[in-house]
Amino acid sequence: MSHKDDLALMSHLMRRAGFGASRDELERRVAQGYESAVEELLDPPEELESGKMALMLRYHPSFLLPGGNPLSGQANWMYQMISTEKPLEEKIALFWHQVFATGNAKLDNCDQMLEQIKMFRQLGLGSYKDMLVEISKNPAMIFWLDNNENHREAVNENWGRELLELFSMGVSNYTEVDVREASRAFTGWTIRAKLPRQPYGRYPWHFEYREEDHDDGEKTFLGESGNLNGEDIIDIVVQQPATARFICRHLYNFFVADEPQVPSWTIEPARDEEALDAMMTTFEENNYEIKPLLRMMFNSDFFKNARFSKIKSPAEVVAGTLKMVEEFQFPEPGILKIGAEPSYMGQAILDPPSVEGWHTGTEWINSGSLLARVNFVADRVANIELPGVQKILHLIKEEGAKTPEQIVDAAAEHMGFVELGQETRDQLIENAKSDGDLDWSNEAAAGQRIGEIMALIGATTEYQFG
Amino acid sequence: MTSTKKDPVIVVLQLTGGNDYFNTLIPYNDPLYYDNRPFVKYEQEDIIKINDTYGLMPQMGGIKELYDQGNVAIVNGVGYKDSPRSHFRSMDIWHTCEPDKVGTEGWVGRVAREMDPNKENVLTAINFGHGLPRALAVPGVPVAAIADLSTYGLLTGISDNSQRAKALDLFSRMYSPTVGGSFVTDYLRSTGIDAMVGADIVKVAPEKYSSTVEYPNSPIAMHLRDIAQVYFADLGTRIFYTQHASFDTHAGEMAGHPVLWKDVSEGVSAFFQDLKEHDAGDNVIMYLFSEFGRRVHDNGSGTDHGAAGATFFIGNQVKGGLYGEYPSAKSEDLEQGDLVPNWDFRSDYTSIVEDWLGMDANPIVNGSFEKMAILK
Repeated sequence: MSHKDDLALMSHLMRRAGFGASRDELERRVAQGYESAVEELLDPPEELESGKMALMLRYHPSFLLPGGNPLSGQANWMYQMISTEKPLEEKIALFWHQVFATGNAKLDNCDQMLEQIKMFRQLGLGSYKDMLVEISKNPAMIFWLDNNENHREAVNENWGRELLELFSMGVSNYTEVDVREASRAFTGWTIRAKLPRQPYGRYPWHFEYREEDHDDGEKTFLGESGNLNGEDIIDIVVQQPATARFICRHLYNFFVADEPQVPSWTIEPARDEEALDAMMTTFEENNYEIKPLLRMMFNSDFFKNARFSKIKSPAEVVAGTLKMVEEFQFPEPGILKIGAEPSYMGQAILDPPSVEGWHTGTEWINSGSLLARVNFVADRVANIELPGVQKILHLIKEEGAKTPEQIVDAAAEHMGFVELGQETRDQLIENAKSDGDLDWSNEAAAGQRIGEIMALIGATTEYQFG
Repeated sequence: MTSTKKDPVIVVLQLTGGNDYFNTLIPYNDPLYYDNRPFVKYEQEDIIKINDTYGLMPQMGGIKELYDQGNVAIVNGVGYKDSPRSHFRSMDIWHTCEPDKVGTEGWVGRVAREMDPNKENVLTAINFGHGLPRALAVPGVPVAAIADLSTYGLLTGISDNSQRAKALDLFSRMYSPTVGGSFVTDYLRSTGIDAMVGADIVKVAPEKYSSTVEYPNSPIAMHLRDIAQVYFADLGTRIFYTQHASFDTHAGEMAGHPVLWKDVSEGVSAFFQDLKEHDAGDNVIMYLFSEFGRRVHDNGSGTDHGAAGATFFIGNQVKGGLYGEYPSAKSEDLEQGDLVPNWDFRSDYTSIVEDWLGMDANPIVNGSFEKMAILK
C-alpha cells in the first residue's frame, strides 16, 4: 500500500472512530501503524484530555450545568466532540445516545442529560451488561421512560418494554408476558423525590431503590422463574442471541455502513450477514464487552472496505467540519450556536425525536437539511482565515498543485480523501478550468480559489457520505 | 367559508415559552386577579377593555384594532389534561397531538403531506426561522426553513455574484439525475435539486414585493414580512410557520412581557395591513398559541409554569369574539395553582383543518374533537 493509501485508510478510521483528523494527526497515526492506532483509540493514554473542559468552565460555566437551557448543553457536548483528545470516547457516547435515546423535551433538565452522556463516555467501551444496569439506574432514563411510575401495585410497562424492544433484543423475541414480568422486576427502581425547582433552580436527581415498592413475588421471564429483580432480568437478556445480534447490528450501522431502519430489522436481512456473525461471535466470546468487539471490527476487512458507505449524521457533519477548519479551538464567543447546528440538519443532540432515536442513512437527508449541510460546510471551508483552512492551503501550496486537475484532487484529499465519482470530478475540473492554472504569486487569490473549490466539494453528493 | 378562488392559507405563530394567559386576556374586574398578582399585574386603567369583564394587556393595541373589526377570535381555557408543565414536553404535545406518548410526526407536517402527497411543490410548507419545529417534521415531507428570506439560498457564502452563479450551475449539473445510479445517490440528487429549486423559486419573492406598510424592526415582524412576501409571490405555499420567544417570564415579567406582546401585536398588525393593501386578506388566517399558560399567583417578580392558555384566530374569515369559558381563578378550582384547561387544543386544530382547509381532521389531530364555529 502506498503512503497515500495508508493516509486514506487512517482518515476513514478517524472519521468513524472519531470526528476526523488533520493531516498532521493522520501522519502521526500512520507512522504508529494501523493496529496500534486502533489500540490508542480503544485505550487512550491517561494523560490525554477528554475535551478542554477547564477552558469551558472558565469561560462558560453555565454550559456545565445548563439546567433548562438546552442550547448551552448542546454547545457543551459539541465543544467536547471537537476538542477531545480521546475521540472514540466521544463517538461511543454518541452511539449510546442513539441507542438509549433519551430526550430533553420530556426531561426539561439538561444537567441530567449531560450526566447520562458522561456515563456513556465512562462505560461506553466496557461491559454491555454493566451499561444496562447503569442505564436502568440512570435518573434521566428512569424519568424518560416513567419507571418512577412503575409501582408494585401499579405496574408501568414503559421501561420494561423498551428495555427489550429497543435496548437489547428487538421486537418479536419475547412475549407480552415477558414485558409484564420484566416491568414487575423493575418496580421500586426510581428516583429520589425531586426538590421543587423554584426558587433556587434545578437539583440533581438520584437513583433510589425502594424495597417497599418492589414486587418481590415469583416471576417467569423468557422461561426462567424465580424471585427476579432488575439485575436478574438484565442477566437473562444479555445472554440472548437476539441481543448480541441487535447490539452488533446497531454498532455495524453506526460504525461500518448504513443499515435499514431499526423497525425493519426483523424482516430485512443485514447488509453483511457474514460480518455481523463475526461480530456476534466476538461479542459472545468476550463476555459482552464492547472493546474487544470494536477492536475486531476496526481491524476487519469489512470495516476497512466500507469507506464512504454511510451518510454522515448531522453531528458528524458539524463536528467533523469544525475540527477540519479548526474553528472554536477555544471557547470563543459564538460557541453557544455550534450545538444547535446539527438541529438545523435534523439532529437535535440531547433531544432525539423519540426513544427510537434518529432514523439514519438517507433519512438524514431532506431538502431543508441538505441545504443546511451544504451551506454549513461551504461557509467554513471557503473561509481562508480559519486556521485549519490555512493549514490545508499551505499543504496544497507545498505540494505544488497548479492545474485544475491537481487542485481538485488536492482539495478532495485534504477534505478527508473524499472519493469523487468520475462524473463529479470531471465537472469540478471543468469548472476550475475556466479560471485556468493556479497562480501562487497572488497567494490570497489562490487561497480564495481553493476555498471555493473546497466549498463545491462540500456541496457534492459524495461529501454527504463519511 | 365564503367561496374563494385561491386555496386557503394558514399562518401559525407560536409564542414559545408559555405565555401568561392571566396577564394577556385579563379579568380586570375580578378581585382574584389583583389578589393573586401583587407584583406581576397590569394596572386597571392601562388595560384595553374589550367588554365589562375582560381586557387585553396594554401593548395589544394592534390586535385590539383587528378585534374591533370583528377579525379576532380568542379561545379561552385551551390546553389538555394533566399538563406536565415542562416547556419541551408540552410543546411536543402541541406539535404532535400525542399527550400520552412521545410522537414523531408533527400535525402541520401531516397537513402538508395531505395537501401535496406527491411532493409537487417543495414550498408547500415553510418555517420562518432556523431548522424545523417538530410540528412540521414528518419523514419524507419536504419543508423549507427560511431564517432570513433576503439571504436564503444555496451556497450563499459565495459573495461574488458571477462565481455564485457558476457554482449553482455546477451544483445543478452535479445533482442532475443519472442513469444507473444507486438508490441513495439518486435520492440525494433529487433532494438536492428540490432544495435548489425551492431556494431559486423563493428568491423572486423579495424582488416582486412592494408595499407601503412599514414593519417594525423586531424579529417576529421580519418573519411576518418574509411570510407576506412569499405569500404575495404566489408560490403555492399554504402553510407558514414562525415563532416568537421567549415568553418564559419567571422573573422580570413586567419588563419583558410588555415588550414581547408589543413586538407580536405590532408585527401582526402590520402583516394584516399588508394583506389588506394587497387585497389578499380573504385567504389567510393566523393562529397563535403557546405551550401553556402560567401560574395564577405570581412569584414576586414573574410567574411559573402553568396550564390553561388562550389561543387566537385572526383574519377576515374569522368570526371575531370571545369563545369558551375563562377558567375559574378561585383557589378551590385551581390545579397545582393553575387555571384548569377546559378546551382541548386539538379542537382548535380541528376547526382549522376541517373548517378552513377542508380536510379530514381525524388522522391529523389523532382523533375526533368537538369544535366551535370560529370561521365564517
